[in-house]
Amino acid sequence: MKTLADLNAIKERMRAQINNRAGVDDSKDIRVVVGMATCGIAAGARPVLNAFLEEVSKRNLTNVKVTQAGCLGMCKLEPMVEVFVPGKEKVTYVKLTADAAKQIVAEHIVNGNPVLKYVIGNE
Amino acid sequence: MRELSLNILDIAQNSVKAEASKVEIGILAENNLLTIYVSDNGKGMTKEFLASVTDPFTTTRTTRKVGMGIPLFKMAAESTGGSFSIESEVGKGTKTTASFVIDSIDRMPLGNVAETLTSLIMTSPQIDFKLIYRVDDREFIFDTAEFKTLLEGIPIESAEIINYLKEYLDDNIKIVNGGMDL
Repeated sequence: MKTLADLNAIKERMRAQINNRAGVDDSKDIRVVVGMATCGIAAGARPVLNAFLEEVSKRNLTNVKVTQAGCLGMCKLEPMVEVFVPGKEKVTYVKLTADAAKQIVAEHIVNGNPVLKYVIGNE
Repeated sequence: MRELSLNILDIAQNSVKAEASKVEIGILAENNLLTIYVSDNGKGMTKEFLASVTDPFTTTRTTRKVGMGIPLFKMAAESTGGSFSIESEVGKGTKTTASFVIDSIDRMPLGNVAETLTSLIMTSPQIDFKLIYRVDDREFIFDTAEFKTLLEGIPIESAEIINYLKEYLDDNIKIVNGGMDL
């Protein structure tokens, strides 16, 4: 059972992290954008979004922002995710699962190698 | 959609798009009836638009605010013998309500409400989300506005906080369910 003491402990840890990041230019952050319209949600975007967040949290990647967008226009390819790494071309992933999301965090976001088998056009 | 909690996430996205600052989600189970509502203080809809929102084919892509989400939610409710309604006023907000006959064979399970809430908080942290979850006389109320005060400026959408909230919500929902998932 989660208590307020647990929340306070997280709060103190987070405060230290935020202080460490003071002055860091967040325009250099990596952005992960998950399509969360009806089509995305029906195809399984919620577990994908949560898997990205869990993995980013587990690895303590403070330079990664996970956000959402509406319908990305290709409903049959949902769940779709776009990954923006500053200075690089956008990578669009399609038909993702929670496991694929974890793989993308490890291989693309951490190591810089897009996971080609989920990239649009290769599905 | 395989879970009603996914419909809730989808309907709440309409509130996000309507630029609401407060969204209230109610999940109330009593006397074999499960009532779910999503209510917001967003920009609302005109009478003309409101009259067409339950029809997926009268919305057009350039002007649409709703699309398939509302018709799917309505169908999910009515197929159980339940009902659906939507009220809206321009400048005041919108309330979408659906009720489901709990023991109907066509009723989808409620599914992961905690994950729906955390998905919303994560992607729209500026909005205050309130959940009222009630089964018979057991009730759990969750309000992100209260948590934001407790967090004293630490962003509620931070991964660690979201993971905490997910467990916190899950724990409390289980208690209210009293051993029987909806």
